[in-house]
Amino acid sequence: MTSPMTPGIAADRLSDEALAQNFVDLHAPLEPHEVRVAADRCYFCHDAPCVTACPTDIDIPLFIRQISTGTSEAAAKTIFDMNILGGMCARVCPTEELCEQACVREVSEGKPVEIGRLQRHATDTLMAQNIHPFNRAALTGKKVAVVGAGPAGLSCAHRLAMQGTDVKIYDARPKAGGLNEYGIAAYKSTNDFAAKEVDWLLSIGGITIENNKALGEDLTLDGLSAGFDAVFLSVGLGGVNALGIAGDDDDSVSDAVGFIETLRQSSDLASLPIGRNVVVIGGGMTAVDTAVQSKLLGAEQVTIAYRRGREAMSASRYEQDLAASQGVKLLFNVQPKKVEVEGTSAVLEVEYTATKDGKLTGTGETLRIAADQVFAAIGQTLATDGGLTLDGRKIAVTGTGRTSREGVWAGGDCASGGDDLTVTAVAEGRDAAMDIHATLMGGAN
Amino acid sequence: MADLTTDFLGIKSPNPFWLASAPPTDKEYNVRRAFEAGWGGVVWKTLGSEGPPVVNVNGPRYGVIHGADRRVLGLNNIELITDRPLEVNLEEITRVKRDYPNHAVIVSIMVPCEEQAWKDILPKVEATGADGIELNFGCPHGMSERGMGAAVGQVPEYIEMVTRWCKQYYSKPVIVKLTPNITDVRLPAAAAKRGGADAVSLINTINSIVSVDLDSMSPEPSINGKGTHGGYCGPAVKPIAMSMVSEIARAPATAGLPISGIGGVTTWRDAAEFITLGCGNVQVCTAAMTYGFKVVQEMISGLSQWMDEKGHTSIQDFMGAAIPNTTDWQYLDLNYVAKAEINQDDCISCGRCFAACEDTSHQAIAMSADRKFSVIDAECVACNLCVEVCPVENCITMVEQTAGTVDPRTGKTVVDDYANWTTHPNNPGAVAAE
Repeated sequence: MTSPMTPGIAADRLSDEALAQNFVDLHAPLEPHEVRVAADRCYFCHDAPCVTACPTDIDIPLFIRQISTGTSEAAAKTIFDMNILGGMCARVCPTEELCEQACVREVSEGKPVEIGRLQRHATDTLMAQNIHPFNRAALTGKKVAVVGAGPAGLSCAHRLAMQGTDVKIYDARPKAGGLNEYGIAAYKSTNDFAAKEVDWLLSIGGITIENNKALGEDLTLDGLSAGFDAVFLSVGLGGVNALGIAGDDDDSVSDAVGFIETLRQSSDLASLPIGRNVVVIGGGMTAVDTAVQSKLLGAEQVTIAYRRGREAMSASRYEQDLAASQGVKLLFNVQPKKVEVEGTSAVLEVEYTATKDGKLTGTGETLRIAADQVFAAIGQTLATDGGLTLDGRKIAVTGTGRTSREGVWAGGDCASGGDDLTVTAVAEGRDAAMDIHATLMGGAN
Repeated sequence: MADLTTDFLGIKSPNPFWLASAPPTDKEYNVRRAFEAGWGGVVWKTLGSEGPPVVNVNGPRYGVIHGADRRVLGLNNIELITDRPLEVNLEEITRVKRDYPNHAVIVSIMVPCEEQAWKDILPKVEATGADGIELNFGCPHGMSERGMGAAVGQVPEYIEMVTRWCKQYYSKPVIVKLTPNITDVRLPAAAAKRGGADAVSLINTINSIVSVDLDSMSPEPSINGKGTHGGYCGPAVKPIAMSMVSEIARAPATAGLPISGIGGVTTWRDAAEFITLGCGNVQVCTAAMTYGFKVVQEMISGLSQWMDEKGHTSIQDFMGAAIPNTTDWQYLDLNYVAKAEINQDDCISCGRCFAACEDTSHQAIAMSADRKFSVIDAECVACNLCVEVCPVENCITMVEQTAGTVDPRTGKTVVDDYANWTTHPNNPGAVAAE
């Protein structure tokens, strides 16, 4: 048995019991009485700021009031009307930067209504009964291809199926769900929730999924356009940015996205090797998820090294505090320079940074950090653009997801605009579906 | 330091907080512990006639209206009078009164509406040494079906008759407990006074069904699938009780008649309010049944602190102080003009004032694109709804418009002169000014 102190990269740092304890639900579901008390705190605001702050425009005061009167099933319907992945969003949404930040109780007393946890209560209640609250409209006879079974693709497919259109989803992975299945910290989606949610979503009917089919490899846009009335691309960002520093080809350096994915798919956490000293480079949610999970796997020292200051981190203050509470050290204003292997261990050299004339530059002062394992969490890139016009490094789209090619829509992380959040992807998929439907039925220009 | 001792009908008690006739005062064990906890007096749970005692249901006796955090807002019960033998109660009352000479011990009684029944029980009660009796003319369930309790309290002539018997066969103070399940509480109060009552106490509980089980279709509390109306009490009934108390305190026929206030007293403030409306003391039940006897400690400390802050040295100082200000609608000053004012620093932009005013009142609150809410004086009638629905206390206030300012709603200049409906030009029955 190894321990957190074992040098190098090693598996079995913690017991199965400790690991099971470490990876329980980050936010345990509310107990029934807690639900009543939490729901009672909602003021049922007029034209509520929380709704405005929700990318999917869920009628939050209404669903909370429905919970408070003992009809959590109706509350779930209110949520799913706008956000069919309301169950996952309740778990992974950065509510502290969205609805709960806008909550008037956050403004007045620094304690918002626990909207995320109440949403989870409602959606869990309905899903536990295996009820799917939507039926399909009369069939349109149309067929739409969706590429990518992540949040945007699933949301689009469901809305189209609801309106009577048959959908075929192609996904490059063996399992559907996209980042919900492969890319979120395990303690945010326990008990195989992502897969269960996909099954529940598909129970509306009219949607088939074909796995292990990737755009650019097994599929072409021309082929899809020829075979379907419309195409929705929600392929996400399949590529990862490399560090581009000396030594980044060493075994000790890997990408954070792959680490998270391996962990999510593992049935034996103890078997996952993790460094004694881990450094995660980056400042986003992926960096935090990687750092915290490294710690939970038994790494002794975990550091997040970010090239700018705390305020510039895209991970929310809540996520930063979560990391800190798990013992992760946050190191700001440093950029990686090189990785050097010294015996069984490695060292990462970083250089301090400063912003001069609006530009981030190294100060020349360096710091060496023990780093048996280095994870790069410095952003992801579009793996294939299908020949479409890009906006920066993403597929250029208009408000409802129309791309440069007629009959092809796009949404989610692969498309321009919006934050790269699950909830944003759901909104984009839903809105694109509405536009696709209107277009196919001749109701739009 | 305020003196909380109370002299009610010559009955002294260390404070005005008595436990009402109810389950908490059903036996010696409870009453001794209540006195030790600080209660000033008790009204012993209602005694019935000698012989086999009444029986209670063996299923649930209580139903409750809860707030979201299970706070008890209203309590309903279908319990009857004491189901213990008369002799046992009398012996216990005797022992308790002997051991607590400085606390008030009142005996609640309910026997059939026949002179002999009262003639039989009153000497026995007198022999206990208790300080007085309270006639239970209020219990609205069970006993009323047998011609007692509220069935008596709803007929002023019966009240007067029984009260007279009690004054005839009992030497100490007689308090008549009134039912609220009537149209005009002044009539039974006046009847009690005519019969010689030393005081009235009110209110007894209100006819109520607190809930219906939507699966079994049974009212609750449900006894094997059937329910009956019970008596409602607790914080929810306080406004009804205070209104009835004030009516008796104001009515010429009953003004000055001592009142023991009952109905939802939960805190010192509730007690103080009852006393300002003319009560000489208060009786408490639901608060004790919810929180236990210890709750009286807050009532004592709170009332004491408030009296000190206000410079009141005794209960008498503020007893009935609000009665001169309790009037009829027709005498309210129609020249008084107020306007709502929203404190923008305190506003949390929830918009509840806007929704309430826009949808259900006078469209007198404006909402800007950036969620700033402001009062439109030209529409505001000062109804107070915004004040009451605002989650932030004192964020919205009613500001009196000073004389000389023009009310933009009516175009009239505000004047200092008092004028009411009796002389208003729109009143067909207005009394012409001379």
